[in-house]
Parts: sequence; structure tokens; C-alpha cells
Amino acid sequence: MSAPDAIYRFESVRHGYGTRTVLDIESLDVMRGETLALMGPSGAGKSTLLRLLQFLERPSAGRVVFEGQAVSAEPPLQLKRRITTVFQHPVMLNRSVRDNVAYGLRVRGARRSDVHIDSLLEEVGLASLAEARARTLSGGEVQRVAIARALAFNPDVLLLDEPTANLDPRNVRLVEELIRGRHTQGVTIVLAVHQIFQARRLADRTALLLDGRIVEVGPTHAMLDAPQDPRTRAFLTGDMIY
Amino acid sequence: MTGLALLVATLAGVPLGALLGLRRFRGQRAIMLVLYTGMGLPPVVVGLFVYLLLSRSGPMGSLGWLFTPAAMVTAQAIIAFPLVAGLTMSAVAGVDQTVQQQVTALGASRWQCLWTVLREARVGLTAAIVAAFGGIISEVGAVMLVGGNIEGQTRVLTTAIVLYTRQGEFALAMALGVVLIAIAVAANILLLQLQGRLHER
Repeated sequence: MSAPDAIYRFESVRHGYGTRTVLDIESLDVMRGETLALMGPSGAGKSTLLRLLQFLERPSAGRVVFEGQAVSAEPPLQLKRRITTVFQHPVMLNRSVRDNVAYGLRVRGARRSDVHIDSLLEEVGLASLAEARARTLSGGEVQRVAIARALAFNPDVLLLDEPTANLDPRNVRLVEELIRGRHTQGVTIVLAVHQIFQARRLADRTALLLDGRIVEVGPTHAMLDAPQDPRTRAFLTGDMIY
Repeated sequence: MTGLALLVATLAGVPLGALLGLRRFRGQRAIMLVLYTGMGLPPVVVGLFVYLLLSRSGPMGSLGWLFTPAAMVTAQAIIAFPLVAGLTMSAVAGVDQTVQQQVTALGASRWQCLWTVLREARVGLTAAIVAAFGGIISEVGAVMLVGGNIEGQTRVLTTAIVLYTRQGEFALAMALGVVLIAIAVAANILLLQLQGRLHER
């Protein structure tokens, strides 16, 4: 049975494109309010898993349960709107930074408050760029705007795909503080990371993915300090050949 | 008249172009082939087609539209439609595929997603409408055929120019030509300003 506080539950989920299976997860729970890190080499299926969590794609087989309810082929908009993703390569709409950050509020028909938007931009250190055209920003700025944009409408679930990949150390810290802040507020966070240290700093639990399968999942520190699976050990020490 | 034809062509062409640019479905290539052919179709052939359609013994003859402005609008709309649809398609298809995914993840509904993609393609969309406008305002053959070039009713600038040139009234024909060019320039300035404003937003 599903644990009472699992917000997501994956049951025998397989997902592929054509004949290629990219994800094969026997079972995985995401707990309400936890920060779960997904680790694993490129191509392990981290991004695909995030896409399934966002309901952008339907698994080829098996089912995804959200808050105890099996998710239908076309989940209702109200449900999808509780979840958001900051993609690895966020797309900026061809308008101002402020309008980009306000987009999620706009589509929800919420009244847009420039004060709210600007304070978010302040949080990601980009207050001075509010009027700038979003397409003119640098990679690191885009990533921070994307995070502000995702936080603007207070999602219940925040999915982050390598959220600090393009950032310098100062901004990595800034973004990590933001993520931790949301964690404290009870937001469920799933993030794909490359860096072991980032998982340690942010995640309650960590899952290691390999070739679309979950090799090991557990409390971050315990798992990273004393991995049970030899493949996890090999990955952590950089000995993994792939 | 040209404005009305353009409006009709835009209302029909933009949705079709958006559909073709965003979705993959059976028969899509056939529709694209028809559109591309339509973009290069001699307007006079469209005129002939509309003429036959609206002639008294034609399938739509009962409308009594032949040799009226309505017939001319029909012909112009048919000429403009493939231009609008075809160019809208390429403008929409040119918007990064990931835009749809991005705005969906930000909570956009299907319609909001479509609207956002159209907004992202706005420069190309304006170009589509400008091209269609250019195609029909300069049109002679089709409107002459279906309109009949009747003075005070279906005589338009282009057909009047043809008439006056044939009559040797070159000065008058030239003057009308200048007026036509002025209208075209003014309309395009308007469209470009609209495009510029959209661009800034």
C-alpha cells in the first residue's frame, strides 16, 4: 500500500520511445514535502523521469499515482498547475524579463503584482534586469529568471533539472538557498543533479539512476556515505564506465 | 474590399497554418501540397474558378454574386488564403518546439499554449499578412473576371488602370498607379508599426 504521505507513487512504470526503453521503474515514492535528488550519468533517465512527474508524457506502461489517485491520460489542468519544471535549458519567451516571470500567474488568471514579481527577481539577484528583453540574457541569467518564473505562482511540486549547471559559485549558493527556502515551506522538490555535493546540501533522499533503472534510493547522507550497491559505489568514486 | 478579403483569409488561414505548424497528422502533406500550389497559382485561374462557381448555372449561382464586389472579395480571399496559411505554418513551425513544453510546464492550457506560440511567431505572422495583402491589392485578372470592371460598382484601381491604359489615357493610369502605391505603402507602414509594437511588448 502507498504510504500515506507519498505525493507520487510510480508503479511498474516503463517509458520508451519506439523500441528503446529509457525508463523502467519498479516502484518509487516521492514523499510530500521532501527534497529528492536524482543522480546518475547523462542518459540515465533523470530528465525523462522529471517529464513524467510533470505529466508532459504518459508512461508507456505502468501507472503514476498522484495523491492516491491514478493519473489519467489527460490529467486535469488544475492538477498540472500545481507542478512546475525548471528545465535544463529553460526557454525564455520573447518579451521582458518581468513578463516572463509573470507568465505563470497570467495563465492562471491571477492578478499580477509587479511588487511580487520584482521581489522574486530581487531574490535571484536580477532586479535590475526586470525591463530587459529575456532573449538577451546570458545563460546564467536565464537560469535564474527561470527559477523566479517557476516560484512566482507558488507550486506545490517543484521539479528542477540541473538547476545550477550554468551558474557561478555565488549564484549556485543563491539558488540553493532559494531551494532550501521552498523546502522549508513544505514544497515537494525533485531535482536532477550531477554534483554529489549538491545532493548532500539539498536533498533529504537521493536516488541513483542507471540505464533507466533505480539502482538505489535512500536518505542522502547514509546512501552517499555507505552505498549498498556496488554500482552506486562505482558511480560515486568515478570508477563507473559508461 | 481588399481589407475584408484579407480579414477573411487571415481568420481562416492563421488557424490552419497554426495547426499545420504545430501538429502532425494524416493527410498533412496533401494539405501542404495544395497550399504551396495555391501560393503560386495564377490569380486569373482563381478568378476563372470563382467565375464558374458563381455563374448563373454554377453551383453557387443562386447567390447572384457574379459581377458584384462580393465575388471580388471571394476571389481575393481565395488568393490570399494559401499565402496566409502557408506563411503562418512556417512562422509557427519556426518557434522552438520546446516553447510548447515550457509554457505547458508553467501551467498554460492548450489554448493559452497556442496563443503564446502565435505571439512568439508574431513577426512571421505579420509577414504572412503583408505578403497576402501585397498579393491581392495588386491583383487584376481575377477581380476583372469575376467583378466585370463595372464603373461605380466593381471597378477598382487595378482594373481602372488596365482600362485607361488601353484607352491611351496614360496620365490618368499613372496617377491611379501612384495612388495604388501610396495605399500599399500606407497599409504596410501600419502593419509594420503594429509589428514593432508587438515586438516591444
